[in-house]
Amino acid sequence: MAHRGAWVLGAGGVVVAGAVAAFAAIAWRPQIEPISPPASNSFSPEVVKNGAVLAAVGDCAVCHTAAHGRPFAGGRPLPTPFGIIYATNITPDVDTGIGAWSEQAFRRAMRQGIDRTGRHLYPVLPYPHFTRATDEDIAGMYAFLMTRAPLRAEAPPNTVPFPLNVRATIAGWNLLFLRPGVWRADPSQTAEWNRGSYLVDAVGHCGACHTPHNALEAEKDTKPFAGGEAEGWDAPALQAASPAVAPWTVEALTAYLRTGFSTEHGAAAGPMAAVTQELAAVPESDVRAIAIYFASMMPHPPPMAQAQPAIVTDNPTFAGACEGCHGPDAPMTRGGAQSLALSSAVNARSSRDAIQMILHGLAWREGHAGPYMPGFASVLSDPQMIDVVRYLRSHFSSGAPWTDIESQLRAARRDGGA
Amino acid sequence: MITLTINGQQHDVDAEPDTPLLYVLREDLQMNGAKFGCGLGQCGACTVMLDGKAVFSCVIPISLLPGREIKTIEGLGTAAVPGVVQQAFIDEQAAQCGYCIAGMVMRAQALLEHNPSPTEEQIRDEMTPNLCRCGTHMRILRAVRRAAQTMKRVAL
Amino acid sequence: MNARPQPPELSRRQLLAAGGALIVSFSLTGRSEADETGATPSPAKEAALPGSLAKTPVLDAWIRVDGDGRVTAFTGKAELGQGMRTAVIQLAAEQLAVAPESIELVTADTALTPDEGFTAGSHSMQDSGTAVFNAAGQVRWLLMQAAATRFALPVDQLTARDGFVHAPDGRSFGYGALSAGLSLHVSAEPATGLGDPKSYRIIGKSLPRVDIPAKLTGGAAYVQDMRLPGMLHARVVRQPSPGARLRSVDAGAIERLPGVVKVVRDGDYLVVVAEREWQAVKAWRALSAAAEWSENAELPEQASLHATLQALPARDIEVLTWTATAGAAVKRLQARFTKPYLMHGSIGPSCALAQFSDDGVTVWTHTQGVYPQRGALAELLRLPPEKVRCIHVQGSGCYGHNGADDVAADAALIARAMPGRPIRVQWMREQENTAEPFGPAMVTEVSAALDVEGNIVDWEYGVWSNTHNMRPTKGGMFLQNAALPEPLPVPPPEPIPMPEGGGDRNSNPLYAFPNAHVVYHFVPTMPLRISAMRSLGAYHNIFTIESFMDELAEAAGADPVPFRLRHMKDARARDVIEAAADRFGWSKLPLAERGRGRGFAFARYKNLGAYCAIALDLTVEHETGRVQIGRVVAAVDSGQPINPDGIRNQIEGAIVQSASWTLYEQVSFDRRHITSADWSGYPILRFPAAPLSVDVHVLDRPGQPFLGTGEAGQGPTAAAIANALRQATGVRLRNLPLSRERVKAAVGV
Repeated sequence: MAHRGAWVLGAGGVVVAGAVAAFAAIAWRPQIEPISPPASNSFSPEVVKNGAVLAAVGDCAVCHTAAHGRPFAGGRPLPTPFGIIYATNITPDVDTGIGAWSEQAFRRAMRQGIDRTGRHLYPVLPYPHFTRATDEDIAGMYAFLMTRAPLRAEAPPNTVPFPLNVRATIAGWNLLFLRPGVWRADPSQTAEWNRGSYLVDAVGHCGACHTPHNALEAEKDTKPFAGGEAEGWDAPALQAASPAVAPWTVEALTAYLRTGFSTEHGAAAGPMAAVTQELAAVPESDVRAIAIYFASMMPHPPPMAQAQPAIVTDNPTFAGACEGCHGPDAPMTRGGAQSLALSSAVNARSSRDAIQMILHGLAWREGHAGPYMPGFASVLSDPQMIDVVRYLRSHFSSGAPWTDIESQLRAARRDGGA
Repeated sequence: MITLTINGQQHDVDAEPDTPLLYVLREDLQMNGAKFGCGLGQCGACTVMLDGKAVFSCVIPISLLPGREIKTIEGLGTAAVPGVVQQAFIDEQAAQCGYCIAGMVMRAQALLEHNPSPTEEQIRDEMTPNLCRCGTHMRILRAVRRAAQTMKRVAL
Repeated sequence: MNARPQPPELSRRQLLAAGGALIVSFSLTGRSEADETGATPSPAKEAALPGSLAKTPVLDAWIRVDGDGRVTAFTGKAELGQGMRTAVIQLAAEQLAVAPESIELVTADTALTPDEGFTAGSHSMQDSGTAVFNAAGQVRWLLMQAAATRFALPVDQLTARDGFVHAPDGRSFGYGALSAGLSLHVSAEPATGLGDPKSYRIIGKSLPRVDIPAKLTGGAAYVQDMRLPGMLHARVVRQPSPGARLRSVDAGAIERLPGVVKVVRDGDYLVVVAEREWQAVKAWRALSAAAEWSENAELPEQASLHATLQALPARDIEVLTWTATAGAAVKRLQARFTKPYLMHGSIGPSCALAQFSDDGVTVWTHTQGVYPQRGALAELLRLPPEKVRCIHVQGSGCYGHNGADDVAADAALIARAMPGRPIRVQWMREQENTAEPFGPAMVTEVSAALDVEGNIVDWEYGVWSNTHNMRPTKGGMFLQNAALPEPLPVPPPEPIPMPEGGGDRNSNPLYAFPNAHVVYHFVPTMPLRISAMRSLGAYHNIFTIESFMDELAEAAGADPVPFRLRHMKDARARDVIEAAADRFGWSKLPLAERGRGRGFAFARYKNLGAYCAIALDLTVEHETGRVQIGRVVAAVDSGQPINPDGIRNQIEGAIVQSASWTLYEQVSFDRRHITSADWSGYPILRFPAAPLSVDVHVLDRPGQPFLGTGEAGQGPTAAAIANALRQATGVRLRNLPLSRERVKAAVGV
């Protein structure tokens, strides 16, 4: 009996060992030889310029720059359900950045999520999207990054718990969810639509926030752009399930993406603010292409009648705290923003974004004219928050009353909305 | 009637519940420190402290305030006996027209109460909500640094 | 300059006998000949009394001593936050030999103080300070003379100290006792200079500002802090654009709101008055929403503003022409520079109080000019001027002509509709941003040639601008005039003549060029409402000249500092240039690395005021175009410094303010409305962008006339930034603001 048990154990051990070995064989990647950083003038200015546009669409600077940090030098903490992952330094510094990376090494990182030394990168780097970019565009992004100023900076260690901090486990994730292959055009669509589709899928990785994720944090490709979340905010659906009350026309979307503000929908907030700040530097034709792509998926309600917002008299919090900006003839309203009745956050299925907006407001951007809102986290107690959020919904939206206000508020406070 | 606790004292105020604290301070209580600069939470001239945090009194209706601790510049000290931050501003002559200064002092007070040894970057960040048009920024920063030094010496 | 001798001994009889001859008489000349303060030149220049004494020669208009020995000084200028009050007290205290705390200073009140026109153009120390200084000196002399008579001693054996006149044997008389038999209603003596600076005990010392402690401890200090018994609160619903007509408004509904006392409608002028301030704000919101307007204003296209400005009809004013032989021109450069409309951006929106009674109307106002305002209000209200009293009470910094005068007119008009009740009008933030008169947009075009040695041999300069002064001196110039039925005529805009100038202020370089020609293309048509903003045309003209000097220096292969010195003969200018460069370490700095640059600029404000040179360095963040100013060093010569820290404070402030103007600011508008309605639409510099350090060195010029300093730093700062950006980015930026977008576009990818 003991012999048989031992044999089973032994056989099991061999199977496990075999599996581990097979797995290791899949997971292991070779190092790519380090190079000396190429001289800046070895890249053609046109290629670098194209790379700059793609880096802006791809939001490289957004993740790879810390608050008060130098551009692309990494160090920004990215909260994930698996712990905090710190973005790395992607300036061409040899010791702490990607200065020793050849274009081949860069391409492997972008397509397969493997760094120069053969280590797996966490898919918080959206390489499942970048894998669909063309060689030419990846070369452009490489040229752009290698012509930045090399900056010495090391990111803090990640706080991912065992066993997920064993990077080889990502190989399994890649097996399940990484679909290699360059993006392909849809011949039934216009060139502009296809340009937008390419930028969204291969570079802008909009689905990383706007598509629901499964338990292993991979996008559910059966539900593209059906809505997702990022850093405590809901990223609304960008297709038929869009909560927007006014139509998202190509013009409205283009303006929103380039300025961070839509007079009929509200301001880009949370992680989306940085996205629109990057897109401001992208040629309008490319932003318009992205808008055309999404507008084709959005519902087309009839245009809204220009409702004159009414003065609030029955909620003291709103009248005293909000109406100065959100009432009729206020600077916001003069700026073209109409009533909160059109706000996507107020009309969303969940109260989450409205709560986040009220807690955090919108930060100043030094020297930039643009939307701003003070935060009320220190001002409103939880019961006071709940009261004004309920009021917002009932007064400004025809949607069903929110049922998640308390839980969303608890979560938001916990995540830094104190 | 709404009861407000301001600088440790209770005040019964007969004003509409949606009245922002700024107007109650100035009109009902004749306190001049907090100022009207925009009424929109954009300039900080109205800054007071609420439960230890710097806030814009122009967008806080008094209906939110019973049971909360409000601190204004009048509660930090007087012309005869100025508080530490006030004295630092006097020592640095950190004012030109002076309209923004009471708000600056309250923002600085809140900063130093929760971070007694701020770095230069932290001071600049924390003071960001408050505007000064005369360009007194350098002196205001010096005053905040000076107040931090004084508080450290006093604490030792 | 040597100190002038002490005043000769004069007996009182001689003084009184000479009194008639000492009173200089004036006739009112046309407004067009007035300078920015409204002062007209004295016809009897050779017997001129100094500063504002020329217009108000009687001593007790400036200094009074009461029976208790308390001294009251009077000035027609207003404390704007520039420290004028403290400086004038120092001047009076020095001359009267009393402690500064014992002097009460009464400022700008049409019932009490001399008429010194507008507090503008950095004239306060030159005009009012000088007058008070001299009047106080003469009053002290009269007090000593009175004591000499009582002591039966010669006056030169006596000393004045701490409010007493002392005899060598220990006897003393207080000023109060001496004042009893003494009339100060006598005329001033001609100028006696500033005395011996070595004897100064108060002037030249950085006396702490007398107004700061109250402002730091919740004291009442501003017109916004005034509370009068029975006071009502009013808000105006402004026309949404120029010429808008009020089609309809249901005033009844608004009048039924809690606390509302009245809705006043007069033509297109619409006002709500309430018991409490918040009630007024809420009623104003409701009234604004209820009012329906028809609008037909057409504003220019913002993107092509400067082309529009240059195409408008203009009147050419020759500013200067120099001709001399010079070397042959081997290299010629030309450039065009533009400036947008700028907003004053007072932190405290404008506010005023007014009250009508049987005697007339009293207005409490933070106007820069109580006398001109009185005259204009009298016209607007159809009252004789004697029935209008304007009292200056400090507002927040105005930086020129902001909403202060218009809100005073609001208060007076509303007070007239509700006689007996004090009326307080507070402009809202969006009203200040959209209705204040802006600093005008400007265009400059300059071309110059260098000879083979790199010297400038000719210089051609043109500046296009509206007037820079629409301060109300006539009733038709108020904002609400156009809204009222039977509006008063609006006087046409006029240029301020040189040497002060308006759009052409500082268009006349202080450098010595053999050949030069400067023309002011005065544009009367005003597409947007404009008026005076701190330094007027000097900001843009100095930005242009000092940027272009760097361009020429570069073409000549010269270091910009020695290049300037080569063309500068004025010794005091050379001194500040050298002082700033030395203290900055200019010539010792290595060449800048990528993204870092240093820049230098100099100007003498109006070529009449203070001299200021600035050196600074900055860093450009390549990826974003963000500019961080690093170290700034300034050298300033204001003549005899009255309060050196006050001078430093003004120059530090000018540097930071100008950094904001230069890097960020422009008024935004669409074809009908001003769209920069709040701070989010008109961002100004916040703390993270403040320079890393600012060091101001005040040159000591004992005994030299006081020179206006409040506007001396803005122009040089702008050019120093542009020059540093050239070095940091390799690109010359000439269109203000030097925004992040423009800098990023300049540095490219």
